[in-house]
Order: sequence, then C-alpha cells, then structure tokens
Amino acid sequence: MSALWRDRRSAVGGALLAVVIVTALAAPFVTAGDVDVPYDVVATRFLAPLSHDVHGAFHLLGTDRIGRDVWTRLVYGGRISLAIGFLSVALSVTLGMLVGGLAGWWRGWPAAALTALTDFALALPRVVVLLLLAALWRPNTSLVILFLGMTGWMPVARLVRGEVQTLSTHPFVEGARASGARPLWVLWRHVLPNALTPVFIIAALGVGNAILVEAGLSYFGLGVQPPTPSWGNMIASGRDTLVNAPWVAAAPGVFLALVVVGCTLVGDGLRDAMSGQRSALSRQL
Amino acid sequence: MRMLVHRALTGIAVVAGVLTLTFLLLQTAPGDPAELLLGPTATPAQIAAGRHSLGLDRPLATQYVEWLGRFVRGQWGSSIVTGRPVREMLGAAWPATVRLVLLSLLLSYGLGLALGAWQAARAGSRLDTSLSVVSVSLVALPGFWLGLMLVAVFTYLLRVLPAFGAAGFDADVLGPWARFVDGVRHLALPLATLTLIGVGGAARFVRGSLLDALEQPFVVTARAKGLSATRVLLGHALRNAATPVVTLLGLSLPALFSGAVFVEGVFAWPGVGRVLVEAVQARDYPVVMAATAISALLVVLGNMLADIGAVAVDPRLRTREPAIP
Repeated sequence: MSALWRDRRSAVGGALLAVVIVTALAAPFVTAGDVDVPYDVVATRFLAPLSHDVHGAFHLLGTDRIGRDVWTRLVYGGRISLAIGFLSVALSVTLGMLVGGLAGWWRGWPAAALTALTDFALALPRVVVLLLLAALWRPNTSLVILFLGMTGWMPVARLVRGEVQTLSTHPFVEGARASGARPLWVLWRHVLPNALTPVFIIAALGVGNAILVEAGLSYFGLGVQPPTPSWGNMIASGRDTLVNAPWVAAAPGVFLALVVVGCTLVGDGLRDAMSGQRSALSRQL
Repeated sequence: MRMLVHRALTGIAVVAGVLTLTFLLLQTAPGDPAELLLGPTATPAQIAAGRHSLGLDRPLATQYVEWLGRFVRGQWGSSIVTGRPVREMLGAAWPATVRLVLLSLLLSYGLGLALGAWQAARAGSRLDTSLSVVSVSLVALPGFWLGLMLVAVFTYLLRVLPAFGAAGFDADVLGPWARFVDGVRHLALPLATLTLIGVGGAARFVRGSLLDALEQPFVVTARAKGLSATRVLLGHALRNAATPVVTLLGLSLPALFSGAVFVEGVFAWPGVGRVLVEAVQARDYPVVMAATAISALLVVLGNMLADIGAVAVDPRLRTREPAIP
C-alpha cells in the first residue's frame, strides 16, 4: 500500500478521482442547487462561462439552451456517471469472479464450458451487443448498469481463472482441503481472496471504460434518459449548439477524460506495485 | 496449418453463437415484430394474420431453424423503416467501415510503434513522462466527444474540413482528381478521431513490451557484441516485441470496431456502425440483427488475420502449439 502512494502516477490518479468523487458527493454544497427551471429561461440561455445572469447568479461554466447552469448539471451528472461506472463494474467483478473462479477450480467439461463461454463473450464487440440490447429494451439508468455489468465480466473471469489455477497448486490449499473444508468453501475463503489484487487493477480500468461506454450510449439517446443529467447526454445536448455554445459539450467531455485518466493511472500504479511485490516475494523464497 | 483450421472453426462457432444469441434476445424482448411492422393502426386480427405470415405462431425450434437457414442464404428481409432490402443496405455499408477501420489501424499502430520505440529508448526521461501523459489522455478521451470537438474546431471555427458523410453533394459531377480530394477531405476528421484514440493505447503497449524485451539476456549479448543501442532496439528488441503487439492488434479489433460505431454515428460516415446506430434508434429489428452478425463476422475475421500475422512475425509459433493468451 505504501509503495502505491510512493508511485507518483497512482497518487495523481487517486487525487484526480478523489476530487471528482468528492465534488459529486458534495453536489448540493458546491453548486447553486437545483436550477432545472431558471427564473428567466430566455435571458439566461447560452451564457458564456464565467458570466453573471440577469439575476446576478454566477455561472462558472456558462448555461445551456434551457438556461440551466452547466456546472450544476455537470456535478449532478457526475453522480449518475460515476454511480453507473462503479456499480456496473461491481456487477462485472462479481460475475467474473464467479465464472472465472469456478472455471479455474473445477476440472473437466464444466470448466471447459465456462472457459469457452468466456472466450465467446470476449470475441463479441461490446458496443454492438450493447446497441442490440438497447434496441430490444428501452434503456434507463438501472438497465444501463445491468447491461454494462453483463458485458464487462469476461476480462475478470479470464484473469481470475488463471489466478485460481495457479493458486490451487499451492500447499495452503491442499492444507485447507486436508483439514476437511468443503471444496467450494476453500475456493471462497482461501483461494479467491488471494486473487483480489489483480482484480482491483482490472476493475480500476473497467470503471473508466464503463463510464466511457455509458457516455457513448447516452450520446445516441440509448443510455440515461434526459432530463436526468449524465455526462453522455450532456455532450449530446451540446451537439446541436456546438457553433454558438461549445462549452455545453466541451465541459462534460473534459471531466469524463479526467476520470478515465484517473482510473488508468490508479490501475497502472496498482499493477507496478503488485509486480514489485511479487518480485520481492520471489526474492524472499 | 492445424492452428488455422482450429481458428476458423472457433470463428464459425462464435458467429453461430452470435446468431443464436440475437435470435434468443429477439424472442425474449418485449414488443411484437408483427405489431411493429404493421404499425399502431393495425387491428388484433390483422396482427394475428401478420404473425402467421411471419411464422411467429410456429414452435420456437422451427422458427430458429428457418431463421438460421434464411440468414445463411443471405435472405435477411427488408428494413421496417426504409423498406430497402437489408442485404443491399449492409452491402453498401461494410466497405466504408473496413476502409475507415483499416486505415486508422495502420495509422495508429504505425504512429504508436514509432512513438513507443522513441519513448522506450529514452525511458524515464522527462520527455518520456510527458509523452506518457499524452498517450494516457488520448486513451481516456471519449471518441464521439473528440469527434465533436474536432468538428467544432475544423468545421465551424476554421471552416476547412467537412463534418458529415463520405462525399460532398456535388461528388458525382466532379472530375476524378477533385472527387478523390473530396473523399480525402471527408475522411480526414473521422479518421483523425479514430487514429488519435488508437495511437495512445498502441504507444503505451509498444513502450511496455519493448521495455520488457530490453531486459532479456539477448539484448545484453547484442550490446556486448558492440552493436549500437539504436541497432539493438530496432533490430533485436523491436522484432521480439512484435508478437505481443500483433496479438494486441487482433484483440483490440472489437474495441476499435466499437469506437468506429460511435465515430461513424457522429460523422454520419456511411458504414455498418451508422446503419446499426440508426436501426437501433428506430428499433428496425431486421437491420439490427443482420448488422450485429456482420459486425461479429468482421471482428472474427480480423482476429484470425491477426493470428496469422503473429505467426508471420514470430517463427517460434509455427512449430509450437499456440499459447492462447
């Protein structure tokens, strides 16, 4: 853990994520609050960033075509986008650990079948599958989380399968089994916890990716539905006003990129910290 | 050779799986295709007749076999929205997608290779760090957003490049040279968007695998022989870093294709991605089904080509059973 903080990249990444997450959580305190209906819609439309409207209210990032404060929507949209990212990855990790854990633990055809399922799902273009799902079921926020979770578990499963296969040859597993523990209990209690670190790495990268894909779906009206703000549908709403109010689309994209950069840096830092830990371990042995 | 047969069989299995999955999803989805086809004014009796002529009242297994048979023969039905045959729509669309994806693959890996090798040679320097920051940021950018920003700058602000479609309205009356220039100008922004996103990932990966290769004993030997650092990097390390890079190229195809779907949507590029996005928005089932299958087919084919490429750059793979990554 201390190695992680010494690593400059993960410190920067973690700080980026922390700032965005804290801002999103503290939304009512860092914004003017609910501005879905401004006092004078027409007069407050398309105000440039850093300007005051007719009522004297300050708009850090300007306003959109309905006179809504872009900063406020950005912060509240961040709550939705971040929640989708973290919850869908939590689902992916659960599914991936289940499938990958059993595929690595079992022998024979059940393991082969789970591995084949993983490889098959991995070969599908994720966005195409998501578009197909979005065509069949009209999406909303919870369906988007479900869809993203169900299409993101494969890398986790593949990774966990390899880890479990390696770990199950270790003496402590044999010891646990010899002491009479049931096999699945050994997997759950002794093997899977030891496979968690690489899962964290892939989860960190997965959160960034899930937020990106959600934004893409919302951009085409197939994700979070307006008026609920998400970074994706905010960019979509700024698409038509690109000429006279480019800030409406630009601001959420910048925040999106910041979060994804943060996730990538944390993932990279974790990976390096872990490979350092491993080589230290192998030096000890 | 055995590997190729194995890969081809896996590819066919994946495409068959995709077809089955789309069929099953269609069955479980809410909404009735007959209702959708006939519109909101159809009476229940008319919808029942429609269900009968579409074969929806037959057992699921029969429907599946018939649907699969029609699909394999290329009878994909016609679009609910436009009435055009789906085969014609996709036949016109896929070359545009392949052109865009292949060109951006070439460009992003060419640039990524150069950038990654350059960074690996200076690993740890301030320049290396700043280039790493650039490549991480490029990976993190949402493709559709980057596309929009490029449109804002190059189309609206500077007014130098067109933002939509693959050809201007006057393309048909232009001379061959002018038409070519028109095509390149239309290609510029979508291609730049996809390439910029791809180049960051490629550079990061090339840098990483080159640094791994540089730690190998053969590099020390080559240096001890008196070869220059550049020669060792380009002649020895790069050759050995090529296998993971080519493998990644295949693995990144689904992601690249996914990126292309969004970018095509933004730029109204007339490819499979735009057809798919528009069909999804209009719930045009026959088009969605066929476009999904075609996308899976393109990705599977691309993966197979990457496997062949990996064997081409790494002779060791020709004798050994391929290690499935």
